[in-house]
Amino acid sequence: MQADTLSGGFSDPARQSAHAFRSVREALGRPGTIQDISGARPPAPLSSAAGAALLTLCDTETPVYLAGNHDCDAVRAWLAFHTGAPPTGPTDCMFAIGTWAALGPLSAYPIGTSEYPDRAATLIVECPSLTTAGATLTGPGIQTSAALSLPELTAFQSNHALFPLGLDFIFTSGTRLAALPRSTVVTQEGAF
Amino acid sequence: MTMQNDAYNFAYLDEQTKRMIRRAILKGLAIPGYQVPFASREMPMPYGWGTGGVQVSAAVLTPEDTFKVIDQGADDTTNAVSIRTFFERTAGVATTTTTRNATVIQTRHRIPEEPLTEGQILVYQVPIPEPLRFLEPRESETRKMHSLEEYGLMHVKLYEDIARHGHIATSYAYPVKVEGRYVMDPSPIPKFDNPKLGNMAAIQLFGAGREQRIYALPPYTQVVSLDFEDHPFVASKADHPCGMCGAEDSYLDEVIIDDAGGRMFVCSDTDYCEGRQTAGHKGKDAA
Repeated sequence: MQADTLSGGFSDPARQSAHAFRSVREALGRPGTIQDISGARPPAPLSSAAGAALLTLCDTETPVYLAGNHDCDAVRAWLAFHTGAPPTGPTDCMFAIGTWAALGPLSAYPIGTSEYPDRAATLIVECPSLTTAGATLTGPGIQTSAALSLPELTAFQSNHALFPLGLDFIFTSGTRLAALPRSTVVTQEGAF
Repeated sequence: MTMQNDAYNFAYLDEQTKRMIRRAILKGLAIPGYQVPFASREMPMPYGWGTGGVQVSAAVLTPEDTFKVIDQGADDTTNAVSIRTFFERTAGVATTTTTRNATVIQTRHRIPEEPLTEGQILVYQVPIPEPLRFLEPRESETRKMHSLEEYGLMHVKLYEDIARHGHIATSYAYPVKVEGRYVMDPSPIPKFDNPKLGNMAAIQLFGAGREQRIYALPPYTQVVSLDFEDHPFVASKADHPCGMCGAEDSYLDEVIIDDAGGRMFVCSDTDYCEGRQTAGHKGKDAA
């Protein structure tokens, strides 16, 4: 357990986090694309992709909410050792991590203020799989339209309706990740 | 590579600073055109020399990147040379002056003539990120104006241009509206470059070091230059071909060549101009 806690971080933090950030940035800048991300070996149930994203983005300045099964001793200890991010509840977190079912309801998270819409949470959603099929995505970062397997539709549609406020999502599965910023318009498959 | 100085962390900045900048970049991409506050650091160069752009570049560079820096389109000016050398030394990245070979391009006040591609990132150095700043000096007020989408003042300013000069005389840092929401300062690029901002394949990141703001345009974002129905936006340039390469479609610098009023017009984008000259194009002033 102790060995698990101390291992699994980046062995070369500067270069590995630069690569990991490139994946996250490409995913968020081009919604609907799926990026590879590696370098982290976090304890279960944290996926490798989610672990790398947390190592790249979180530190003592970012309260993190661990939802559902992700709120376990192994993940808490690993996150504390490698990032120092303070654990918190959904209402004042900057990042949240969990399965789609465990993360809800979305109304609990900060969506930013009209003068500071950036002060909104980023939700890292652990998914069983990721494919470029499913809901149709349009908006900034997408040339015509893209498709992504989303856990549901309406939650992301109401989130977009809040723009420029709203939550941003990173979807992780194994060593792959995709993202959905609040700016993306989500419609049913084939509706575009 | 031999020039790399191992006394510094990769790309100079410490990891916690890079995480803070990276979080700001992600929020900037999620809210196109909105200026995200960030804790800008002191950099080993004066404000006004691209400290914001350098911090953004440091946060996005990977060891495999090929880095290009332009200052007013030129690869060989002091500012461009010093920033390029800075990252050669602190990040060990390859550098280039060829637009199409670069993966990360840091720019001061120009967009390269050659269309950018999906694998590229364009990082702008921004002096004053707030488009409303010269109309309203209080940050508390401009922030409120952005939140309420209250951009009438900007149209008044453009209208006063027309009233005074008969046309919109703003020729650089020409304000744009992003995705129908935020009015954004595109940094002091000539308005000739404005049409390239929208629908670009590359990711565009803007860093203002002194003013502590980062903002972004994801690829293929809708960007519209503000104008009026009866005074539409015109992407103007000097009405000459380039004296060196003969290009008629590129942005030109006016160069005074003697003390008798002699002058010539040359491409501001040195890589574009050299590429054309190598390909055999010749302007009227070419030797």
